[in-house]
Order: sequence, then structure tokens, then C-alpha cells
Amino acid sequence: MIHSLFLINSSGDIFLEKHWKSVVSRSVCDYFFEAQERATEAENVPPVIPTPHHYLLSVYRHKIFFVAVIQTEVPPLFVIEFLHRVVDTFQDYFGVCSEPVIKDNVVVVYEVLEEMLDNGFPLATESNILKELIKPPTILRTVVNTITGSTNVGDQLPTGQLSVVPWRRTGVKYTNNEAYFDVIEEIDAIIDKSGSTITAEIQGVIDACVKLTGMPDLTLSFMNPRLLDDVSFHPCVRFKRWESERILSFIPPDGNFRLLSYHVSAQNLVAIPVYVKHNISFRDSSSLGRFEITVGPKQTMGKTIEGVIVTSQMPKGVLNMSLTPSQGTHTFDPVTKMLSWDVGKINPQKLPSLKGTMSLQAGASKPDENPTINLHFKIQQLAISEYTTINKAIFKTT
Amino acid sequence: MQRFLQLPGSVVRPGGRGAGAADQEAASPVLAPEGGPPPWYQALQPEELRWLQAPEEDTTPEASLEGPGPEPGQSQSQPLRHDDLKEMLDTNKDSLKLEAMKRIVAMIARGKNASDLFPAVVKNVACKNIEVKKLVYVYLVRYAEEQQDLALLSISTFQRGLKDPNQLIRASALRVLSSIRVPIIVPIMMLAIKEAASDMSPYVRKTAAHAIPKLYSLDSDQKDQLIEVIEKLLADKTTLVAGSVVMAFEEVCPERIDLIHKNYRKLCNLLIDVEEWGQVVIISMLTRYARTQFLSPTQNESLLEENPEKAFYGSEEDEAKGPGSEEATTAALPARKPYVMDPDHRLLLRNTKPLLQSRSAAVVMAVAQLYFHLAPKAEVGVIAKALVRLLRSHSEVQYVVLQNVATMSIKRRGMFEPYLKSFYIRSTDPTQIKILKLEVLTNLANETNIPTVLREFQTYIRSMDKDFVAATIQAIGRCATNIGRVRDTCLNGLVQLLSNRDELVVAESVVVIKKLLQMQPAQHGEIIKHLAKLTDNIQVPMARASILWLIGEYCEHVPKIAPDVLRKMAKSFTAEEDIVKLQVINLAAKLYLTNSKQTKLLTQYVLSLAKYDQNYDIRDRARFTRQLIVPSEQGGALSRHAKKLFLAPKPAPVLESSFKDRDHFQLGSLSHLLNAKATGYQELPDWPEEAPDPSVRNVEVPEWTKCSNREKRKEKEKPFYSDSEGESGPTESADSDPESESASDSKSSSESGSGESSSESDSEDQEEEKGKSSDSEQSEEESGKRKVKKRKKVAEGQGEGSSSDEGSDSSSSSSESERTSDTEEEQVEPDSWRKKTPPSSKSAPVAKEISLLDLEDFTPPSVQPVSPPTIVSTSLATDLEGLTLTDSPLVPSLLSPVSGVGRQELLHRVAGEGLAVDYTFSRQPFSGDPHMVSVHIHFSNSSETPIKGLHVGTPKLPPGISIQEFPEIESLAPGESATAVMGINFCDSTQVANFQLCTQTRQFYVSIQPPVGELMAPVFMSENEFKKEQGKLTGMSEITEKLTLPDTCRSDHIVVQKVTTVANLGRVPCGTSDEYRFAGRTLTSGSLVLLTLDAQPTGAAQLTVNSEKMVIGTMLVKDVVQALTQ
Repeated sequence: MIHSLFLINSSGDIFLEKHWKSVVSRSVCDYFFEAQERATEAENVPPVIPTPHHYLLSVYRHKIFFVAVIQTEVPPLFVIEFLHRVVDTFQDYFGVCSEPVIKDNVVVVYEVLEEMLDNGFPLATESNILKELIKPPTILRTVVNTITGSTNVGDQLPTGQLSVVPWRRTGVKYTNNEAYFDVIEEIDAIIDKSGSTITAEIQGVIDACVKLTGMPDLTLSFMNPRLLDDVSFHPCVRFKRWESERILSFIPPDGNFRLLSYHVSAQNLVAIPVYVKHNISFRDSSSLGRFEITVGPKQTMGKTIEGVIVTSQMPKGVLNMSLTPSQGTHTFDPVTKMLSWDVGKINPQKLPSLKGTMSLQAGASKPDENPTINLHFKIQQLAISEYTTINKAIFKTT
Repeated sequence: MQRFLQLPGSVVRPGGRGAGAADQEAASPVLAPEGGPPPWYQALQPEELRWLQAPEEDTTPEASLEGPGPEPGQSQSQPLRHDDLKEMLDTNKDSLKLEAMKRIVAMIARGKNASDLFPAVVKNVACKNIEVKKLVYVYLVRYAEEQQDLALLSISTFQRGLKDPNQLIRASALRVLSSIRVPIIVPIMMLAIKEAASDMSPYVRKTAAHAIPKLYSLDSDQKDQLIEVIEKLLADKTTLVAGSVVMAFEEVCPERIDLIHKNYRKLCNLLIDVEEWGQVVIISMLTRYARTQFLSPTQNESLLEENPEKAFYGSEEDEAKGPGSEEATTAALPARKPYVMDPDHRLLLRNTKPLLQSRSAAVVMAVAQLYFHLAPKAEVGVIAKALVRLLRSHSEVQYVVLQNVATMSIKRRGMFEPYLKSFYIRSTDPTQIKILKLEVLTNLANETNIPTVLREFQTYIRSMDKDFVAATIQAIGRCATNIGRVRDTCLNGLVQLLSNRDELVVAESVVVIKKLLQMQPAQHGEIIKHLAKLTDNIQVPMARASILWLIGEYCEHVPKIAPDVLRKMAKSFTAEEDIVKLQVINLAAKLYLTNSKQTKLLTQYVLSLAKYDQNYDIRDRARFTRQLIVPSEQGGALSRHAKKLFLAPKPAPVLESSFKDRDHFQLGSLSHLLNAKATGYQELPDWPEEAPDPSVRNVEVPEWTKCSNREKRKEKEKPFYSDSEGESGPTESADSDPESESASDSKSSSESGSGESSSESDSEDQEEEKGKSSDSEQSEEESGKRKVKKRKKVAEGQGEGSSSDEGSDSSSSSSESERTSDTEEEQVEPDSWRKKTPPSSKSAPVAKEISLLDLEDFTPPSVQPVSPPTIVSTSLATDLEGLTLTDSPLVPSLLSPVSGVGRQELLHRVAGEGLAVDYTFSRQPFSGDPHMVSVHIHFSNSSETPIKGLHVGTPKLPPGISIQEFPEIESLAPGESATAVMGINFCDSTQVANFQLCTQTRQFYVSIQPPVGELMAPVFMSENEFKKEQGKLTGMSEITEKLTLPDTCRSDHIVVQKVTTVANLGRVPCGTSDEYRFAGRTLTSGSLVLLTLDAQPTGAAQLTVNSEKMVIGTMLVKDVVQALTQ
């Protein structure tokens, strides 16, 4: 299975290595660097690189390449999934997963990795269990440890490991018992230049933060669960209960976790809550082009649209842009030709717009590709699908 | 303990190399005074401290006269650098040791060599501070291989650790012991593994399983002994061990498939509770296993598919010769007897299916490949949705999934067609993802969707990512070759691209056009001329070469232009790229042969230029060509055939996906991804011709099978409670399970209740009533539930299946699924089952069928008088349907299949203490209140005593819902049954009606949830009325869904039957044969529900539901689509 793991930063330094079997020389990463060079962008590095004696499987997250070395046939998704789990675990432990943080906590990282794999096969990957085995560093604990000489490592086998609910640690106690559920729905749409929707899909997740004492058994039911078309669950959810009654019944892990993600079967139209008016034109004769976009709300049910960010990759022929936004800030990177405009909130009375001119390469013919406009936005307190309202939640604690 | 700890240290001195020990001794006095910076300071800034100390070290040890270093050859400064660390490791303070170890581990992490600290570190292996110990382990595992002798010193500590009462310590001792790759200790490891394999703690056993491959890689001679351990661990019943031991099995002895037999069913049943990583390994192993043990479901499917046809022709002989190509290969099989899926095969498919909902992409992929390789064609479709879901994950996951989808989409295009839009490319996708998506889109393109696909492609061509644009053009080319209808459109589009400003685009287009033109060159003289003009501008060598080749090949179509092009090329010959030069020579030769008058001189000129070219390929080609075409004295024989050689008709190239035939690798595997065999890849075997003996998987009852347990229970009538202890076996949870009794109770109720094709929700309800089931029972219940579902399907099958071929077909398939869902049955008396399996003929009364399917505990009297007549009427209705389509008055009474929704269970007899209650939606108007759905409730008393005073108690209803209770049944004698009718106004929603069923002594909480199709009643209208009403209900009230009708439901009456089974609607007559219209009104509000199904002969269909009740409409669409595409 997984032989070794190398962490490589964007400048190509291997800043952490861990071997679970015999040591694999770090020179194996040269093949990776080669592939990295060939792919112009970090995202384009192939996730699987065969070398004469090994296979390198990598994921790229938080500007770090996590490169796993394997020697024999393993389902690639097995490794990739595991690497992502590693990143998630780091994030859970340290808040962020970045090179400096990993370097600062290298010992904890090493201990965690040691627990996660045994001989290359995953051993403990649930963060609740890992946290019992190796306690995440906090300032308080660091101080206490140095004074009392106690350690970050638990000396008992986490009880969860042996129970039928391996994801939950036992002996949890809270004075305030609380559980929060965030329903986050994302609408993902491709819209053509005339404004008609080509595809649109709604995906949702329910993230939970559960801080309840003991072994709580929770039940959640939905207003109209039939419209949840395709769901995937945290292992704690009792699947057959969902199958038969469309009720979520589970013993939650302690802390933050993703309870389920779903896909709403939007039969036909998904109402897209924003629109973009654009007028981008290049003229053949002059070296100037016009650029104008306006963003406006549409069917938002009275909610404000926030966090609007517009990005657009301009054609190579564009040398520079001089634009004036009616609100927010914008930047244009003349090297990558990336325009980004941080709009902020949309005020329906005064629609934000960005106008100006583009200077094009003199002499060159007008670019024939249309820039794609990517629009990100957020709306609080609005479920696009409207179906996923949680009907009732029953908490039982045993 | 402290003294204890010194032990290994003292061993070091006499046993180890004197040098190492001396080294430490020498070092300590020097640094001792200095070793005391306040600990907190160290803890907070170890890094800085290290650097601060570095210069000091360099000076101090010099004076101390280190003596010989551990390795004399090493430079002096190297070992000295770590003196401070050694010093810290030698102190008695744990905090200092810890600090030192942390710094050492940090060095290892950065890839720095810390091997010279080995002696100092190894001493601390017995340190009682657990974190120090752990870090020492980390160090030891990393360096033990390099310093084997010294590593041996630590062994005794681990051997002690193996006996520790704390399971965590036992496990970690075994972990480290087995990770030290020192061949000398192989016997010790072997012993330790054997011991740990029978440890009490499952965690330790898991560690033992992990240790097996480690030992195997160290010394493969131990294989036989290790296999024994594996065999033992395979029999383990805990989920914790299962994944790890299968992994060990895969690494050590994947060929010993015989070890799996006895554990097969257990593994299938445990699967859902195993952790994700284990699931992946087990599933992929079981895929291989199933390929060796079961018969192919697909080869027999071709048989099934052909069956209806044969029935049509009515001759048995046809069957012998009729088979298509696929069958020809299997004809040798004893294929005449209908294929019956091995129940164990079914078990595997059934138990893996829920894992498609896993959050782990690896698990989903594993199940998907299992279904792809093992499931009958009709069932493979379920994986598509889950795979499409994975496309929303990280890009690396997408990359792998898309590769697999690309392979699958070649074999099973229909599976992904509904998700075409999910493969549309986003501008933010990385290039490699875009190209893979393009591949999938191309594979999915067919006659019907090609316009949309091409429109998408058009957008892609304008992308800024040039690699992607090139791939798009190739994709267009492939679509054009595959789909003849759009070939001209594509060609025109590509020709337009020739005027694109981007040279890469033009070049790629030329290459693709060349391939397309080869298919029908005669009609495209114009395009060739256009291309000829391009030679002036286009610079990309590949494109130039393609154009030249085209002109040469089809010079007859452009007789005037060709010589001119050659003239131009001759002029620029020296400046061309090699590949172009070769084509110039080709062109010259071909023109010389066809039109020597005009081109003789030019050809000679080109050939002489080529003769002195730098590239030997070109020189060779020139020489070769000259000999062929220019007649010389001796070479006459060949040159006579020159024309044949050069102008032979060439077959058009086939543009194929690079993913074709990749499925001979197991999907989801690394080898599949790389399209090359990876080390250690286990070939996916072909299906066996003859099924191996299924009885090898039988296990004696005591050993473990849940199935046989259950079987036994059933025989003993009522041992549910007493048996619960043994029942909690499957997951053998560490924590005891106080509720197992109630859980097993509810489980068994649901399970035996399934015999009566109960609805899931009901049995579920009892469960709730009984209190929630403990988790250890999860898998148990799971399978119980699954069974219930199966049964339900059966019931539906019977509801529809009563007419001609379809009837026999569905009933045989239902009996098949029935059988397979009951593994225990099969296991005990496979023969008796065999007898029952032959597909029942169409005339077989369904009522009998039910009892055949039933388990022993089904009480015969509860086959209610309602069903037989209705069955007749349905079959009559469907028979008549084909004849009297336009005769609307006839339809209404007959068309509503009363048994449309089969009997559902309201109360199981166990939960009801002998009182069993079922209900059906009778679809007859409820006499009291037209807004109510009438529900027939069947009571039967299987207890010893009469049940008295049956009535409905205080209902707890959601707002809007009301119940018209049935009149109280005064008494129900033992063995007797009764029927009552009650009305429920569901208020046009699928909310659950909860109420109490009271007897004199007891109250039972029951609930009824209506399928959406039961919330309406048929109305009858003419086609014109229908159209008029439909016109009013457009826009938001219209819901449309596209679907593909499977082959099995293309005929009129089946479609009608399926729709009317799902929903209580009336058929509206209509003129065209491909359109079906149905109308109904919701019961409460009386809103119209209009359903239109527009079916094309190809199987594509569009379903439209118009209703102002949008929710009902949406749900109805979903239900109908499901029924039709099943």
C-alpha cells in the first residue's frame, strides 16, 4: 500500500517525508518535479505518475503537494482519498494546513501520520480517535505540559476504536449541550452569453457541530425528503433508516463533521439569484476595447446577495485595463490576464457595475475568444431548493 | 520501573560495540553542567536553541576527546553535532528526553540523517513516558534496518510489551516489533503474530493482521505459516479485523481463493460496518472472488432478452439457432435452462449497494467497479448517479473517476446519458479534467443528443486553453465519424475553423478534416481546394503534411490545382520540416503517375533536392520513389506496379476512443488508470463456464451465519428472545449491548414480516416503538430491511404481471429475486428451490404465487378475498387495453388496478401479539367522503385467543389530515380474518397518518403513508378537453422529464400498466400511438393532474406532468420515471 509520503511546497522543496515501510529515497520525487515542470499550472500535474519502480500519487491542496509513493497495485482513489483525509486531519488539528504550520508542529504531524497508517494501510483516520491518541496542540496544553511533564499522547486505547461507533469518543461532557446544523446549498450553473442557463445543479451539505454529553442518538427529519435526489452520508448515519423512512438517525461524532451531502433533483429550472449584464467588445481597427459588466439580483426572496466576487480570464491580447467600479475593488494582473473584482454586497437600488476600456496589443488582430466570467456569491438564510428545511430534530441522550 | 528501564541500557554496554557505549560515557561528563537550560525555554523554542547551541558544541567536545566515534570512518564533526541530544537523552528527566526526541524526529521528518544517535535513542525504548516511547518507536522503525545489531537490543522490551495488560501497549509493541525489518527476528515475529492473532482484544488482532504482510515482505519463506494465521483471522467476526486481514490476504496469498469460501457470507454481511478502507479492499477482493465462483449474469441476460421474442414466434427450435454473436460464444453452455443468479452473488450485490452512498470516493468507486463487473446489465445503472456525484469532489478524485467513466461509457453508453450535462466543462476545470470530460461527452454523443453536444463543443473551441481546443476539434471529428447524420455539419464547422486566426486550431482542424474526407472524398473537391489554398499561410508542419497528403491522394478531384501546389512546394522544399518533405515526395510521385506531362520536371527536381537532404529518411524515400516511378533499365518489374503501390485505395481511419477495451483491467485499479499492468495487479478472471459448487460457502450453524441462525429460529417458531445472545455475534462489539433483545425483536419482526410484502415504513415504525435498535445490530437489520424491499418489489411485479409474456417474465424474475434474497432457504434445501424456480407460466394464478414465495410463518387465511378478483380484472383490463384504446367508457372501471399498490403491512403479527394487519389502497371512492382515500384494512388473528374490540384510537394527525374510522370489529376469533374499510383524507400530501389501533387490551401505534399516486382519482376526458386543460397548466405547473424506456416496456399495455400501477389515473384516449395521456384529480382539492408520456420508437421518451400542485407533480414524475425505467 502506501510506502512513503512527501510534502512538497510550491517552490519544489520537500519539507517533510515519512516512510511506513523501507525508506524510499527522496530522489524519486525528481519524476514528480519533471511532471510539475511540464504541467504549467499546479492543478495540471497528473495525480498519478508512473516511474520505473514506483508510482507517485499526489494531491494538491493549500499550495502543498502531498505525494504518496506506492509500489504495487492499489486503487488510486484509495490513496487519493487517504491523502485528502490527511489534509483534513491536519486542518482539524491545527486550524489551517500550511507549510509553516506543519513545520512548527512537525512532531505532532509525525505522530499523527504514524497513527494513521500502519505498514501503509490506514489504521485510525477518524479525527475523534486520533485526537484521543494524540491530543491536538493548544497553547494551554503546551504550557501545562512543560510544567507538569505530561504529554500529548494518550496511553489508553481510545474507547471508540473498539466500539461500534468508532467515530465517537466516549466520556464526552459538556455543561452546555448544543448542536448546530448548517445547511449550505450551492448552486452551480453554466450560463451562456445570452443569459440562458445551460446546466444548473443544486448541491447541498449539512455540516454539523455537535457538542452533546454522553452518547446522544439524534434523529432529523426533513420537510420533503423525497427531493433529496442523491445523498452521501457520514458513516454514522443509519442508512436503512433513511432508506425506509427518510429520516436521519445517527450517533454523531463529537465536534465538527459533515453529516451529509446531497443533490437536489431540480426537475427543470433552478432559479439563479443573480444576473450579469456584460458588454465586452474588441474593435478590429483600434487597440482599445470596451468592457462593461453589471451584476444584479434576481429572485432572491428579499435576501441580500453578499460576498460577490467576479473573476474573468481575459484573452492574451489584452495588455491592460483601465476600469472604474461603482463599488468594491478590482485588480487586473497583466501577467496572468486575470481580472478580479470584489464587489461585496449588491444593493438592488444601485446595481454595481464595472466599466472601462481595455488596451490591446497594437497591431494584433482582435482576440476571437470570449472571456468567461466566473461569479461567486453568497446568500445567507436562503435555501435555493427550499425543500430541505429540517422538519424536526429529536435529541436523545443515553 | 525506573530500574527496569535501565535494563536495556546496561545491555548496551557489554553486548553492543564498545565504541557506542564509550561514546556516551565520554560525552556525558562534559556536557552535564551545560545541560540545564530551563525546560520551558527549551520547549518553547527548540529550533532557536538548537542553532544557538550549535557553535558551542563545536568548541566543547574538541577538548573532551571524544574518542573513537561510533563509526571510525565518519568525519569527526558529524557525530559531535548531536552531542547535546545524546546528553539530553541520557538524563533522568523525561522532559529533556522528550525534547531531544522531538528534535530528532523533526530531523527525520526533514530527511536529515540521524542514524548516529541510534545507541543513545535505543536505550530509551523502555522509557515510561509514553510520548518519549512513541517517538523512540518512530526512530527505531526508521533506522533499525540500517543498524540491525543495535536494534536487537530493543527486542526484549517489545517482548515484554506483548504481555502488557494494556491492549494499546500490546498492540503498539507488536506494531513496532513487526516494523523492524531485521531478518534475524523473524521467528520472534512469527511467534508474536501467532499469539496476537488469538488475543482477546480485537485491536491487537487487527495489529496482528497488519503485521502479516510486514513479515511476509521480510521473509517470504514464512508464507505457509502466515496463511494459517490469515485463515484463522479470516474467521474473525469483528469488523475491526475484517478489513486488515483481507488486506493481508491480498498481499500474501491472493491466489488462495479457497480460504474465502467459508467466510464469504460473513464478509458480505459485515461489509457495511467495516471502516472505509477495509471496505475498499474487501470489495475489490470479492469482485475477483465472484468472478471465479459465479456464472456471468450478462450472458444469460441475452437469453432473457431474447425470450419474449421467442415466445412470440412460439417455436422452441428457434431458440437453438436464434442467438446473436454474443450468444454464439456461450452456446456451448448448458444454457437452455434459465439463468438463475446464485443467491450468494445476489447477496454481494445487495450488500454493497448501500455503500454507493458512502462519503468516501474510494468506496463508491469500489462498489461501482463491482457492479460494472458483476451485476446484470439492468442493474448496473445504479452506479451512474453515485459516480456523477464524485465529480463534485476534489480534482484528483474527478480525474480518476472520469477515467473510469470514460471506459464504462463506451460499454454502457445508456447508463450515463441522463447525466450528459454533468460532464459539461467548466472554465475553471484543469486541462486534464477538461480533456477527460470531453472524452466522456464524445462517448455519450448519439443521434439524439448530438445537436446539444456540438453546440457545447462550439463554445469550447473559443476557449483560451489551446490544448483543450485541439482536443475539442478531435472530439468533433470523432462525433462526425460515429454519427453519420452530422458528418456534413461537422465537416462544415471544421472548414469554418480553417479561417480561424489561431494556427493551432487550423492545424488541428486540417488533420481532422483529412481523416473525415477519407471517408467520402468524392463529394468534397471544394474542401480540398480550400485546403490547397491554405498551404500558403499555414505553418504547422503536421497540417501542411496532411494537406499535401490529401491533395496527392485525391489529385483526380483537383487536377488543376495539384500541380500548382507541387510547384510551390518544390520552391520551398529546402525550408520545410521533414514530415512535410516526405509528403512533398509522396505528392510528387502520385502526380507523376497520374499527370506526368505536367509534373515530370517538377518531380525530378524534388527528387534531386531530396537526394541530398540531411535527413536519411528523406534520402531513402527519394531513392525508393525514384526507382519505382522512373522506369529504368533493370527495375522494370516494380515500376509497372507503381500505380498500384501509390494509388491503392486506402481504408479510412477509424477514430477510436483511447479508452476502448480498457475494461479488461479491473476498473478503479491503478493498472486501469495507467493502461498498463502495475506490479502486483491481480487479473480479473473471466467468468467460469460452469458454476463451481456453491455449497463450499455453506457454514455449519454454530460457526456463524446469521442466515442459518435465522433459519433455525424460524423453524423453532418463537425463539427470538432466547436467541438474541448469539445474534449479536456479527459485529461482536466490545461494549455489551443492553438493548439487543428489543433490537433483535424488532429486527425479526421486520424480517418475517417481509413475507407479506410489507411496506418498509410500517415495520420501521414498530421498530421505533420498540425503542431504537442498538448499533451492533445494524448489519442485521440492514439485511432484514433489504429483504423487505425486495418483497415489495415482488408484490409490484405481481400486480402488473399477469398478461402474456411480460407476465411470465416478471414473475419469474420476481421469484428469482425472491429466492436470492433468501439465502438461508437456498442453503438448507437448494434442491427444493430448484424445483420451484422454473418460470411460472402466464396462467399461474398469482395468489398461488404468493404462497409459493411465502415463508412458513405466513398465515394462509390472510390471502384476502379481495385480491383474486382484482387480479383477474387487471389482467382483463390490460388485455382489453390493446383492443379498446378509444373506447373510453370501458376503461374507467377496469383500468384502476386495485392491487396496484400491493398489500402493505400495518402491524406485524409478532408486534401485534398475534394480530396481523395489512392494508391496501383499494382505489375505490370512499363512500363517506369523496376527499378521502379508501384504505382496505385486513386483520387476521393468529393468536390463540380471540381479539376483541378492534377499533381506531385517538389519531395523532398532522394538520389537515383526517380519518374516517372503520366500524369497530367486535371480535376476531383465532385463525380468522376480517376486512374493514377506512377513509383517510391526506390533504394532498404524502404525510404520514399516525393512529392507534386498539383492542380491548392493547394499543398499537401504526401509520400509513400513501404513495403520491394514491392521492388522486381518475377522471375521464376527451383528448380535446385534455389539451385544453393542459394548456391552462403550463409554466410553473408543468414538469417535464426525459427518460429512456428500457426494451422491456415499449409496448403499449405495459406502459399503460406501469403508469396506472404507480398512480391512480385514468387513460385519456388519443390519436397517435406514441403518446399516452392520463388524467386524474387529487382527492382533497380536486386539482387536475395530467400526465403525458411521449414515447419515441427508439425508447427515448418525455414525461410531462401538469398539475397546479407542484409538489405532487414532482413526486409523481419521479415515481413514474422510476416505474418506467426499472
